[in-house]
Amino acid sequence: MAHLEVQNITKSFGTHHALAGVSFNVEKGDVVALIGPSGCGKTTALRIIMGLETATSGQVKVAGRPVSGCGHDRGMVFQHAELLPWRNTLSNIGYGLEMKGMKEPELSRTAMHYLELVGLTLAKDRRPHQLSGGMKQRVGIARALAIDPEVLLMDEPFGALDSQTREGLHGELLSIHAKTQKTIIFVTHDLDEAVMLADRVAVMHAGKISQIIPIELERPRLDMRAIRTSAEYSKKRTLIWEALHDAGVSAAA
Amino acid sequence: MTTDTEIQASARVERRAGQASWTTTVPAWVITTLSVAVATGLWEFFGRDVNPLLGTYPSAIIKAFFSMLQTGRLQDALIQSSQPFIVGYIVAAIVGIPVGLLLGRYRILESALGIYVTAGYATPLIALVPLLILWFGLGFMVKAVVVFLLSFFPICINTWFGVKAVPKTMIEVGTAFCASQTAIMRGIILPATIPYIMAGLRLGIGKAVIGIVIAEFLTAISGLGGIIITSANSFRTAEMFVPVILIMVLAVALTALVGWLEKYVAPWQSEITGHDSV
Repeated sequence: MAHLEVQNITKSFGTHHALAGVSFNVEKGDVVALIGPSGCGKTTALRIIMGLETATSGQVKVAGRPVSGCGHDRGMVFQHAELLPWRNTLSNIGYGLEMKGMKEPELSRTAMHYLELVGLTLAKDRRPHQLSGGMKQRVGIARALAIDPEVLLMDEPFGALDSQTREGLHGELLSIHAKTQKTIIFVTHDLDEAVMLADRVAVMHAGKISQIIPIELERPRLDMRAIRTSAEYSKKRTLIWEALHDAGVSAAA
Repeated sequence: MTTDTEIQASARVERRAGQASWTTTVPAWVITTLSVAVATGLWEFFGRDVNPLLGTYPSAIIKAFFSMLQTGRLQDALIQSSQPFIVGYIVAAIVGIPVGLLLGRYRILESALGIYVTAGYATPLIALVPLLILWFGLGFMVKAVVVFLLSFFPICINTWFGVKAVPKTMIEVGTAFCASQTAIMRGIILPATIPYIMAGLRLGIGKAVIGIVIAEFLTAISGLGGIIITSANSFRTAEMFVPVILIMVLAVALTALVGWLEKYVAPWQSEITGHDSV
């Protein structure tokens, strides 16, 4: 049994079908990327898995249990981090733990652990407006990881960052995954991000998964330069590009 | 020759830089004080030529102020006015803020009750004072009710619109981490709405001041509003200006107090906007 099962979910807004039957399974510890043009339904799919939206039909199971609504078995990383401006770094990381009902001193200790994991010990007492975009998103990741979810869901987590910061965070996420072995699903429109981070890339188009492409790069992926120049990397990057391109052409036709 | 012009040019640049720094380095309070001093001076200078029935001037007002202090008339009036003012305003805040939060948060409440709040804000409530006198008499109660009615609506409406302005994604953070409705209200919506609540409290002070003076005009002639109307009726213009200016000063001080309160309860806000609230 797969760790996360998405079974034929659909979502309609009136006559518009945002999702027209999406199914996929994710094994424990796997990283899956959802990629596709804007409006293909990738974010809607992620939001349904999180429970922020309800599917018109179909169901989602985490570790065998069907989910309804939000739950601490899933942790969400938002596109623009969405930190609470009145909380400092440590207490933003602790937010999910507080909602889970954790009390002091365990709360601070756990939050500290994840603060260290994302390398922000020195920014412990800062408020979000004193953090750079990359730091904010690291806090966002730590906040989601802190509740120790079965699945980490990320909605274009690095889309709003400049390319250098983004690559830095790719490295960060790869090492976090190596340490925590979390199951991760992330939405992206960046080919390099998809190939670098994912074990499988689901190419979406018009509310459906048109293709699932496995990325056979060994883990842990610590040497990003070597991966970038590897044959598998450029081969899979081309494959995904073609899949996206074909979908685009058939849509235009 | 070339060096000469260069030196001149650089001197000119320096002077320009010096001027720029003058306009930016003078503290704001110095400019404000200067402005008030000039305005008062002009009033004093030209006001002395005006018929004392029709106008007055600062030194006459100050004289009247001290003579009213000596007789104790001013203190008594201040106490009479401030009690219903404080009670009415605080009750307006205690009721207005939660009602605004609920209207902004729950669609059903908003559609059912929002219309009354909007209508109440737009109604010339002063016109209801004669009716309120029939209900609440001429004393403390009617004054407090008028203050309450006038300050409740701006406080409530601002809070309500503040809740509507909270970004949807910020609330989703709460939802995604399984926060209860109360936790979302207290932990996300309330802190995010504080700047709007404070703006409402500030507008409420202005309205409450109008409320107390009008109430004192129309009910038992008492308090600071009472002094205004009795002095005006007997053409003691300088005496009339004493409570007017006193009320103005107190209202400005109260508004500043709300600004200070905002910095105290929401310190992140002035950090983000980068300037102090006025």
